[in-house]
Amino acid sequence: MTKLRVVHYVNQFFAGIGGEDRASEAPDVRAGAVGPGQLLERALGASAEVVATVHCGDDFFAEHEDEAAATVLDLIARHQPDLIVAGPAFNAGRYGFACGRVCRAVEETLKIPAVTGMYPDNPAVELYRPSLYIVASGPNAMSMPATLERMAALGLKRARGERLGEPREEGYLARGMRFTEVASDSAARRAVDMLLASVRGEAVLTEWPLPDYDRVPPPTPIKDIRRATIALVTSGGIVPKGNPDRIESTYATKWKKYSLAGIKALTSDGWQSIHGGYDTTRANEDPNRVLPVDVLRDLEAEGAIGRLLDQYWVFVGSGASTTNARRFAEQMADELRDLSVEGVIFTAT
Amino acid sequence: MAKEFERRGIPTAIISTIVPLAESIGPNRIIPGKAITHPLGDPALSPAEERALRRGLVRRALDALQTEISGQTIFR
Repeated sequence: MTKLRVVHYVNQFFAGIGGEDRASEAPDVRAGAVGPGQLLERALGASAEVVATVHCGDDFFAEHEDEAAATVLDLIARHQPDLIVAGPAFNAGRYGFACGRVCRAVEETLKIPAVTGMYPDNPAVELYRPSLYIVASGPNAMSMPATLERMAALGLKRARGERLGEPREEGYLARGMRFTEVASDSAARRAVDMLLASVRGEAVLTEWPLPDYDRVPPPTPIKDIRRATIALVTSGGIVPKGNPDRIESTYATKWKKYSLAGIKALTSDGWQSIHGGYDTTRANEDPNRVLPVDVLRDLEAEGAIGRLLDQYWVFVGSGASTTNARRFAEQMADELRDLSVEGVIFTAT
Repeated sequence: MAKEFERRGIPTAIISTIVPLAESIGPNRIIPGKAITHPLGDPALSPAEERALRRGLVRRALDALQTEISGQTIFR
């Protein structure tokens, strides 16, 4: 029996090229399994082999999305695979986004099955879960072996055209699809059973979880910007040099605010980025590239805005859970309202 | 974050480079940034040109805060 041919897609880090300093690397390919691909190959067993590893820097992919996807697709197609495995990307937003785009392109254009893996909180999940098979991973590479095991098992089933079980059996994130099957009891009996189980305090598994497509109606815009107080908030990790409050560079559990009183522009001597999710060289050269204090001070002096609030709020977005981010926002919003802030510019990296 | 501020009545413009991700999460006023590592700058430009670029993006954000919208809008 010929072995199934698998191509693995990873970012620059897992390809062993480098960290954030190499995140702008263009797509390329290496023969065989690289890095986590070796674990993947072991998980696939004797019936499949990783014939090539295609890799691309996360920044390159995010900033040249169409070009990167086209090049990656071409590199993958040359190896005539039966299956594509991308990631897992854990909780990394840019990497998750790249894995999602690659898998969708592979399935739509090359008509080859693809499987990826992400932490359920990864922002790319919302975008891609309806169209892709995404195995649920932990938030970081600690869960690499277990995630690759499930990705390999699911990938083999898909490559062989086998029928898949329910998302929770197979370990992938529910895609919101319905399949017809014959139940042993009527809906009325199942509903009553569920109710009784709930009354008894037993765990109840819903048959159809409600989707959460939260949208917020836009509030009334600012009427007179020439009199308005504008505040800056950033998830880009700009802090006074030395990070005096030791805010986390990833997996944030707290935010801080710092004074901008008397500051006309951020300088590289006084400020820095401690963000753990992007190459901070450019931000450290000129922190106004992330937190635009200099031009807002100009606009304030010209009377284009009432004033720039003399303080800003900061945390690091990378790896921050949506639960924490929501809590941060609630706390900051209370303070913003107490300070009569009429508009916020939020900068994200 | 931007959504939660707006939920509490504070108009908020988000400057972010990865627009598809911002779109999927759902803030209302999105301004595409220049690049992930320097959303409001460009090291390839002269200091004066870079400052003009930054000013343009901030002005766009201020315009977004003054614009009546009915749902998610990308200000390009």
